Amino acid sequence: MSMLLRHWSLCLIPLAAIAQTVPAPVPENEVFKREEIGHALAAPTPDAGHTAPSAANAPKDDGQWTMPSKNYASTRFSALNEITPANAHLLQPLFSFSLGVNKGQEAAPIVADNTIYIVTAYPNIVYALDLTKPGAPLKWKFAPKPARASQGVACCDVVNRGGTVDAGKYIFTTLDGQVIAIDVKTGAAAWRTQLGNINVGETMTMAPTVADGKVYVGNSGGELGVRGWVIALDEASGKMLWRAYATGPDADVLIGTQFKPFYASDQGKDLGVTSWPAQAWKIGGGGMWGWITYDAELGMLYHGTANPGPWNATQRPGDNKWTAGIFARDPNSGQAHWFYGMSPHDEHDYDGINEQILLDMPFGGKMRKVLVHLDRNGYVYVIDRTNGQVLSADPFGPVNSSKGIDLQSGRPIINPDKETQLGQTVRNICPTASGSKDWNPSSFSPQTGLIYIPHENMCMDWMSMQVSYIEGTPYVGAEVHMKPGPGGNRGELTAWDPVQRKPVWVVKEDFPVWSGTVVTGGDLVFYGSMDGWFKAVNAKTGELAWRYKVDSGIISQPVSYRGPDGHQYIAVLSGVGGWSGAVVSGPIDPRDGSAALGMVNVMSDLPKYTTAGGTLYVFSLPR
Amino acid sequence: MCSRFPVELLLAGTLLAGCYKASPPAAPFEQSNRQGAIDSAFSPGSDHSVVVNDPRAAAYYDNAEAVNTGRILFGQFNCSGCHSNGGGGIGPSLMDDEWIYGGRLEQIHQTIVEGRPNGMPSWGGRIPDQQIWQIATYVRSMSLPQTLAAQNGPTPSQSPAPVPAAADQTNGWSLPPQTTNDYTTTTKGPD
Repeated sequence: MSMLLRHWSLCLIPLAAIAQTVPAPVPENEVFKREEIGHALAAPTPDAGHTAPSAANAPKDDGQWTMPSKNYASTRFSALNEITPANAHLLQPLFSFSLGVNKGQEAAPIVADNTIYIVTAYPNIVYALDLTKPGAPLKWKFAPKPARASQGVACCDVVNRGGTVDAGKYIFTTLDGQVIAIDVKTGAAAWRTQLGNINVGETMTMAPTVADGKVYVGNSGGELGVRGWVIALDEASGKMLWRAYATGPDADVLIGTQFKPFYASDQGKDLGVTSWPAQAWKIGGGGMWGWITYDAELGMLYHGTANPGPWNATQRPGDNKWTAGIFARDPNSGQAHWFYGMSPHDEHDYDGINEQILLDMPFGGKMRKVLVHLDRNGYVYVIDRTNGQVLSADPFGPVNSSKGIDLQSGRPIINPDKETQLGQTVRNICPTASGSKDWNPSSFSPQTGLIYIPHENMCMDWMSMQVSYIEGTPYVGAEVHMKPGPGGNRGELTAWDPVQRKPVWVVKEDFPVWSGTVVTGGDLVFYGSMDGWFKAVNAKTGELAWRYKVDSGIISQPVSYRGPDGHQYIAVLSGVGGWSGAVVSGPIDPRDGSAALGMVNVMSDLPKYTTAGGTLYVFSLPR
Repeated sequence: MCSRFPVELLLAGTLLAGCYKASPPAAPFEQSNRQGAIDSAFSPGSDHSVVVNDPRAAAYYDNAEAVNTGRILFGQFNCSGCHSNGGGGIGPSLMDDEWIYGGRLEQIHQTIVEGRPNGMPSWGGRIPDQQIWQIATYVRSMSLPQTLAAQNGPTPSQSPAPVPAAADQTNGWSLPPQTTNDYTTTTKGPD
């Protein structure tokens, strides 16, 4: 043994040299051009009317920011116009507040009755700060103390996407699957309802949608073989009113006589069972961890469904309904009205849970009530929200996993070269698993008519592997290595014209843009970068108007509000993390490119640029 | 060549691997046919003082079959779902020089058996104990200089070296003298 030790001592192996480098970008000629694969049922008719949300879904701005989406239309448009491209260079931090949690902060600060509310990543602490007093002192802090073990079933950092203030309550979810309503006066829980079960891999990370006396929520866990659901709770009591599963028999999915899907492949009985191998629907994913949208004008609810599980698609032949699509439901009964599947039999982890923006928009010579959805699979969908018909679908990022959307069948035209294979690595699939765009929401300005899309420019190599289902553990079955998309910039902010179906300007970012955007009446778009710059750009041109370096990367949702003094303020949380930033916020080794579901391969340099953090920043013009 | 020993060891490992025959591991749990909510048999672990010396560990040092079987089991029991190929994800990295609950072979075994409170399930009674030792051996191998040096491309831990008994001869987790597995003490900024 002493000999062994002696020999060891002779050996110096400089392992620090083994560091991952960010891989080369996918060549430009590997992806399709927008003009090649974008389709619409009719040519643009911009003269047929002005694109804007209805008054019912986007009432006159009261200067508050009571829900993450700002309004039911989900425009994230603040009409405040004190801060403009001309004076933005004067913006300065007014106060900051440490969240005491150094994990990915994805929430929107909520402003109601001159109080600002923040919920942190796990352990989901809620703070209420008094905006009427200097330095915004603490009114109360609420610590829900979620189960520690919930961290072990959260796929992609322990994030939370925010709460909502309504009727004197701040309502939010916890990682261990609770929905909690806090009395904003006392800071005590009015009710707390346990919905998710961490023992089967369920967590909750989404921001509840609160409307018409109900709280709409959904579960996370598509990487752990959960069965997805959306639940409506009574806002006053927290009691469950209805639950709609994303898989299984029609009775469980709340598909009945009102269900009129537009496309033939969605018509039939119990497709949530028959489009799966036997029993696979019970562990088939389809959760709802993104955005549920309430339509006050049409009395409808829209929500996406997440990816099917496992990621290894060879284990689940069939369309795998009703995953990776959008439901329209009756908010009172939960009964489905229509469904549209963006990615039937998803092979690339293209969850359908991104935001829906509700607009009145000219199309085919007349005004249509549309839902604009920016999907992980890379397409901007403009959908007639009265019936679920796709009017146009155009790529907004690099795409080669499909060759466009067939507007007759509604289905993507699959590119066989980029279908994932068992035991074989398929290279340069675009977009990557986290999509051309992930959960972080876009904004829409009725002044410019543009949608400001924060998104990714990333692709991947993928090998599917057989995986066994073990309750409470990951159910993935794929080894993924992500890489930059064409050009090498991993992120973009795109100003998209939904009528003309094309980008008006694009700002390239080195890292994926994982923050939301807010657009203002002063024609500024605010967003944050993962290396910690909080930026304002001109909404008409994309020109940088101002930037400020905060303490950690930004992956949250900025907001704009009117303070007690009548002036405009901008608030944002710093705190890098989430799936894309887990290499900084989690105990992850950048030498493993397959770590964090392959994200580390393309983000291994992030630790050079930022550290974990978690701070509320509020900015204003000089006072 | 810095020393004969690691080469010999690697060679021995190669030879052993040549005649190594993986006994088929027990099939992971069957897919559930039950309806509705399923309560997992897993319970979160608790904080616990770690073992210092477990004589059962001795058989898994310098054991190429153990580390290779462990690599297969690590995938089959979905360890890789949380810990990837050692770099982590839901769970922490296993290939670096930081160990929350102890990095000696017997301590890793104990963690797998008992589970840990931040989300590591307890696998005792769910996986045959010999297989837990094999998985622990593979995990212990991930941070060895030889295993790290064998990384070819972006996926580590694919050619795991057997764990030399010398590796755990000092208290706690350690690397052989004058070797390093340190990528965190100094992080350089962007070029």
